[in-house]
Amino acid sequence: MSEIEDLEIQLLLEALFQRYHYDFRHYARASIKRRLIQARLHLGFATISAMQDRVLHDASMLPRLLDFLTVQVSEMFRDPTYFKALREKVLPHLRTYPSLKIWIAGSSTGEEVYSLAILFKEEGLYDRTIFYATDINPEALAAAEAGVYTIDRIRKFTENHQKSGGKSSLSDYYTAAYGRAAFDKSLRDRVVFSDHSLVTDAVFAEMHLISCRNVMIYFDRPLQDRAIGLFRDSLTRKGFLGLGSKESLRFSSHAGAFTDFVPGEKIYQRREP
Amino acid sequence: MSGTPIQAVAIGASAGAVQALLAILPALPASFSLPVLVVVHVPPDRSNMLVPLFQSKCRIKVKEAEDKEPVENGVAYFAPSDYHMLVETDGCVALSTDEPVNYSRPSIDVLFESAADYYGSALAGVILTGANHDGAAGLKAVADVGGVAIVENPDGAYASAMPTAALEATPSARIMSHDQIVFFLSSLGTAR
Ligand SMILES: C[S@@+](CC[C@H](N)C(=O)[O-])C[C@H]1O[C@@H](n2cnc3c(N)ncnc32)[C@H](O)[C@@H]1O
Repeated sequence: MSEIEDLEIQLLLEALFQRYHYDFRHYARASIKRRLIQARLHLGFATISAMQDRVLHDASMLPRLLDFLTVQVSEMFRDPTYFKALREKVLPHLRTYPSLKIWIAGSSTGEEVYSLAILFKEEGLYDRTIFYATDINPEALAAAEAGVYTIDRIRKFTENHQKSGGKSSLSDYYTAAYGRAAFDKSLRDRVVFSDHSLVTDAVFAEMHLISCRNVMIYFDRPLQDRAIGLFRDSLTRKGFLGLGSKESLRFSSHAGAFTDFVPGEKIYQRREP
Repeated sequence: MSGTPIQAVAIGASAGAVQALLAILPALPASFSLPVLVVVHVPPDRSNMLVPLFQSKCRIKVKEAEDKEPVENGVAYFAPSDYHMLVETDGCVALSTDEPVNYSRPSIDVLFESAADYYGSALAGVILTGANHDGAAGLKAVADVGGVAIVENPDGAYASAMPTAALEATPSARIMSHDQIVFFLSSLGTAR
């Protein structure tokens, strides 16, 4: 029973890759399985194979499945000490450059993008920076570009922002109406949102900072290593890489290319080649 | 119930967890030879006091689980707060920030279901005290693959809801006191 399901999952992932070039084949399988079983129940299919049949022949099924296969859980200033470390330790270095490029890989519905935009505004670096926000989920990218969140999330966002050493009030950056908070256009006029996969796409050149948080945790070890190699090749000399609080370079074959810049916050710096 | 030797132990606990685990984990002998995977419901942000506490009390090695680390025998792995802990299909532990399950992250169900998938009948699952229903579906998954299902006696538990829910889902589970759990686990993990 379970073995058949494992086989069906493998075939479905292969089908998604061959038909749509979405490659989940090397994602951590146990959690993919959980989410595909949820998808099957939620979308009302008797088997994973039936779900595969549908998504192969009906492309409108793909976004629905992507919502299960990708995890859109985010928060503004998630892990406030990470943003505090960026503010206090990394931005003083970035300040020495006349122009900056920042890549937020796996930006989900935008919370991390707006957090960094606010941080850069507060520190007076926003106007010299271009932000690249990338993800594989088109609906998440669209939500990120819209920058609208339900109002019940704002309290936590505000608390996190304060803990990150925020110098302004979060309420300066959004307007609230009808139970929603819409973040200001001026936080995204220097943000480029685009579709990019850490699994199948190539490097982004000459970044000063790459923030990729809680994305690689969904990959198996070899795929994590590929992504880290991609980051290494996308950074400028002495550029910075920030990961999620339970992610690290420790097990990567590329670990030697980085120094542990803020130990404990998973902020690394590219060594001089 | 099958004759497969047990290869791993999964433990889930919620309200009253610290006292219950203090009665069990420090009592395991230094020679205990199975991995122990532990999910405790702790509020996010106020976590990892548990790991140093149990490190100072236990004879077996205790650590916070890291993403994609191989599971070793004789080591107790605690799920970090605000992350699910799963057993991956290659036997590593993995962490995830998926949505909370049963309002919980880490969730006992998530650990038990993935561990049951990997270990099958070679898994022992233990549900301890708690005031919610997390772990009931997970323990059933353990029993369904032929693993050993154990529930703390609700009568003696600090909070009876979780063991009661687990027993409703898996009536065949063995009901044990803390001392009996220690005895049972020790017999699994040293007679090899
Ligand atoms: C849990 S969210 C992380 C959001 C944000 N970075 C944070 O830490 O709050 C993971 C995101 O990674 C995206 N993702 C998954 N696989 C990816 C890939 N191969 N390349 C780029 N992004 C990916 C998902 O679509 C999702 O939006």
